[in-house]
Amino acid sequence: MMTATVSRWARVRDSFLWYSFKRDKVAIASFIVLLAMVLSAIFAPLLAPTDPYDLALIDIMNSELPPVGMSGADGAFPLGTDAQGRDMLSTILYGTRVSLMIGFGAVILQAALGIMFGLLAGYLGGRVDAILMRIADVQLSFSTLMVAIIVGAVFKASFGSLMFGEIAIYMLIFIIGVAEWPQIARTVRASVLAEKKKEYVDAAKVMGFRTNRIMFRHILPNTLSPIFVIGTVQIANAIISEAALSFLGLGMPETQPSLGSLIKSGFDYIQSGSWWITLLPGLVLVVLVLVINLLGDWLRDVMNPRLYKG
Amino acid sequence: MLAFLVQRISQAFLVMFVISMIAFAIQDGLGDPLQELVGMSVSLEERDAIREDMGLNDPIYVQYARFAGNALQGDLGISYFYGKPTLQVIAEHLPATLELVIGASLIILVFSVPIGVYAAIRPQAFLSKFFMSISTVGISIPVFLTAIVLIQLFSIGVTIELFPTETGWGTWLNGALSTDGGLPSYGRGDELTHLFGTWTSGFFSWDGLWHLVLPCVSLASIMLPLFIRLIRAEMMEVLQSDYIRYARAKGLSSGRINFLHALKNTMLPVITVGGVQLGIMVAYTILTETVFQWPGMGLMFLEAITRSDIPLIVAYLMVVGLVFVITNTIVDLIYGLVNPTVKLTGKKA
Repeated sequence: MMTATVSRWARVRDSFLWYSFKRDKVAIASFIVLLAMVLSAIFAPLLAPTDPYDLALIDIMNSELPPVGMSGADGAFPLGTDAQGRDMLSTILYGTRVSLMIGFGAVILQAALGIMFGLLAGYLGGRVDAILMRIADVQLSFSTLMVAIIVGAVFKASFGSLMFGEIAIYMLIFIIGVAEWPQIARTVRASVLAEKKKEYVDAAKVMGFRTNRIMFRHILPNTLSPIFVIGTVQIANAIISEAALSFLGLGMPETQPSLGSLIKSGFDYIQSGSWWITLLPGLVLVVLVLVINLLGDWLRDVMNPRLYKG
Repeated sequence: MLAFLVQRISQAFLVMFVISMIAFAIQDGLGDPLQELVGMSVSLEERDAIREDMGLNDPIYVQYARFAGNALQGDLGISYFYGKPTLQVIAEHLPATLELVIGASLIILVFSVPIGVYAAIRPQAFLSKFFMSISTVGISIPVFLTAIVLIQLFSIGVTIELFPTETGWGTWLNGALSTDGGLPSYGRGDELTHLFGTWTSGFFSWDGLWHLVLPCVSLASIMLPLFIRLIRAEMMEVLQSDYIRYARAKGLSSGRINFLHALKNTMLPVITVGGVQLGIMVAYTILTETVFQWPGMGLMFLEAITRSDIPLIVAYLMVVGLVFVITNTIVDLIYGLVNPTVKLTGKKA
């Protein structure tokens, strides 16, 4: 067992991925920031000074206090409070948690759909390919955000606001996952088309393996690196889509806020001068999306075989 | 070419058919038209009679045929809230959205072409790298957040008192970093010019233009980085081609090569991609209009959702679907026309 882990570590240490990561300062910095944000989101219940979901802890008298460093600030609330008197630091930590959960969940769902449809379209070809890719084309031409807004609107109208609020987190994962699957399906299809011409696929066919086995056990592992690249960027896209939907009131309710609904609830108070309620979660959102995009750029440069100069 | 034309247009009809089915399913599944029509006092028998009379007991395909037939004649029902035909309500809100899109497109055109071309000609220059990193950051900022920051900076204003005011430098820095604000941050203003019918425009008065500044800049901010990157990439590819090298060897001035020979071939893919992006902008107008309370189609749609105004939601879906299908089909056809290397159906390359 011990030797296995050591050799695995050695494989990582000697890989091209690790080598180029060590030499890229932007990638290292982005990774550290992302790791810090993910960890603080996971451990939000331990790190946050107060529990923003606990109504008993909220005092309306503390509402709209500015962050420390401005006049009228309270040391107990380092980033100030929102209009309901909730501690901004705690709501942002919990909000990042919700945003990340939806981002990862939506990408897992769209990866599942995208890989399945992409493999089927690429490997089977013919009519299956034509129909699936036509659907993907049409859906993409409508822009994923538009599809997500319309599906969200229909769900909200049919479930009612209250019911929708309770299951919003699953709804958002579903909406964004379904709206964005064509992106991954196209990538998978393109690499499957390149892979299926290779000898190992012919060999597997000759050996009499079933189509399913060839698709998932033989071809899929060889198409993973473009999936990783696009998956990374898609997490950032999903987080932005979630924020946009929540900002429009089609997402997380204010009682269980994500970064998007925090921005939305703060926006009503920006005219009265309380900029921190909306701009602090906004800043966190931008930093989160930016570091994921930068990591995605780096991954694409590293894994793109056309740029790979060995 | 004819096969290509027929295929694209029939595909457009197929997509519109699917959209109309979805719209019908929404209308059918959400809300009961009878509930909206009659009060509590109407008896069960009377309800059944009205139901039969309205054709709500007909088989589903008969109901769909009626829905589609009415839609083709421009009748998409009556809005619960406005009490007017939904298409009329949409037509009243359309000019505001159109104005926003036109303003944003102008900003994109004016800025993306020079910056993109410059970044392609001098990829190593400091300014190019600066613009490229700004555009990476720009892509990461959601459009509604840009809008909020713009409101804070230029509508409300920011007063910076970070530096000590004892020295002249401190006062100057404080002043330089502070902004005055004062730009209007909601609505279209009062001085709108009547063009014809219900169409009004803010392009012809200072007040209207002032109101347009922040929404248009916000909407443009999301598309601008995309276009700069696109123009840069296309231009760099064109600059590598043989005919440019030949023009250089001939001794033509670099200005002539860059702006006459290269730019012409760069703009072709940019225009086609731009057409598709213009459609995608409709989705972003919903966000922009929400932030700025801009009385356009996007805000109308969101209000229709909160009011459960089903006919208006369905009508918006159909209209936006039609806009998307028409733009995409036209862009496809233009692309097929100007770029013969695109694979046309029915022909072997």
